[in-house]
Amino acid sequence: MIITKQKPFEEIARFLESSSRVLIAGCNLCATTCKTGGEEEVKEIEKKLQDKGKVVSGWVILDPACHILNNKKYFRENKEKLDQADSILVLACGNGVQAVSESIDRTVYPGCDTLFLGEIIRFGNYEERCQLCGECILDKTGGICPITRCSKSLLNGPCGGVEDGKCEINPEIECGWQLIIDRLEKQGKLHLLEEIIPPKDWSKSRDGGLRKLTIGRKEK
Amino acid sequence: MKAGSNLEKVLESGQFAVTAELGPPKGADAEVVKKKGNLLRHYADAINITDNQTAIARMSSIACGVILTQLNLEPVIQVVCRDRNRLAIQSDILGAAALGIKNVLCLSGDHQKFGNHPQAKNVYDIDAIHLIQALKKMREEKKLLEGDDLTIEPRLYIGAVENPYADPYEFRVIRLSKKIRAGCDFVQTQGVFDVKKFEDWMRTVTDQGLDRKVHILAGIIPIKSAGMVRYMRDYVSGVSVPEETVTRMENAKDPRREGITICLEIIEQLKEIPGLHGIHIMAVAWETVVPIIVDEAGLVPRPIV
Repeated sequence: MIITKQKPFEEIARFLESSSRVLIAGCNLCATTCKTGGEEEVKEIEKKLQDKGKVVSGWVILDPACHILNNKKYFRENKEKLDQADSILVLACGNGVQAVSESIDRTVYPGCDTLFLGEIIRFGNYEERCQLCGECILDKTGGICPITRCSKSLLNGPCGGVEDGKCEINPEIECGWQLIIDRLEKQGKLHLLEEIIPPKDWSKSRDGGLRKLTIGRKEK
Repeated sequence: MKAGSNLEKVLESGQFAVTAELGPPKGADAEVVKKKGNLLRHYADAINITDNQTAIARMSSIACGVILTQLNLEPVIQVVCRDRNRLAIQSDILGAAALGIKNVLCLSGDHQKFGNHPQAKNVYDIDAIHLIQALKKMREEKKLLEGDDLTIEPRLYIGAVENPYADPYEFRVIRLSKKIRAGCDFVQTQGVFDVKKFEDWMRTVTDQGLDRKVHILAGIIPIKSAGMVRYMRDYVSGVSVPEETVTRMENAKDPRREGITICLEIIEQLKEIPGLHGIHIMAVAWETVVPIIVDEAGLVPRPIV
């Protein structure tokens, strides 16, 4: 899930200073689960903006905000509500904000900061687990990702800064390699650690430029 | 000879080596590098130059190293993976070798969070083991990491680090053997205060015959004051300081002298450990103590090889 955090309201209000009418768009997936852009949060922001004297022309929970086709369909069907708005405040991840801005020609403002791709530990408690690096090596590391969980993304074991199983940068953060070693030990697979994992091919990650994927039909 | 460096000659001839650390200045000050270097002349077989240690931007390790070579002193250039990608590291290594550098120590590097640019983006494109592999490939195969041919290979004596005190303890020797397989020639360890624990680690190392594949130098950190030793105990990750050492420093009338005495006692015990081939003195901001320690430990004159 994409984990987001709502921006401070003052920052949102600053974005909208020059806007006379705003439409608020939430998202029915990750931002709803994160409680940053579900119906409840969207209504709350609407009220706060109205209290500040802003005109809110309406709100919508997109299905989901990152779906350009659905967005376009919604904006076509709600032309009236949209025509009154000169800007759209999107309470969703950065992907959602951009999909909205690609779906309609309006000034779009981000209402959230996009933090990471993470797990729901329990409600309201999320942790980063995947960096979307493009080439998964979880087979070698006991199902625990060193790219994400080691603060230095080391591939061949922990650095010399581990103390009591915690990362040198923060005693609240568990050393990813300690977790990997503990897991592999439990599974009787410590020998996997003897292999030198070669340098990572970062061209498959963001470093290779914008990534695209087409499935289900032949590429031209 | 792999690189023909003085450090290599001392270690290969089976003598107990001494290296010492020199911290580059936070400024474009060549004189202070020369002064510190000259201080260590006759007391160290090679001088480590740290690479933006604790993630604080300072004069580059290669530049400091070149200043030392101009004074006929031998540097060990430290290279961390935090600040440069594989292109930049390999290019710097070729430049360093062309400028007369013969020893390189490969490290992952302290996280930037500790330094004076905590908002920096870190690199960690390759890790320390990959860096060792890259240096060996350049030296032995005359090739860059991705396979391109080099005109002239950098002839470098390749170093690695290991911390016998860091967790997970059971992995530390596995990691050392990976570094050896990757191609390191010598290893400098984290500072030793707890000799017993270090001895245990060395026993595992020698049981696996790793001491015959690589030269291990034990780290020595001279302590100046009770405050410093408490700081090392509480805040420096991966350093293990016995309570007795802290108490001794706290009760000392002359803490600097007591710190030196503690170092000398540690060195005496280390000399007896089978498979250990030298010491590496890291006198952080106290380089003047190195000649005293080396002299009183009976490690002068340094061998001429």
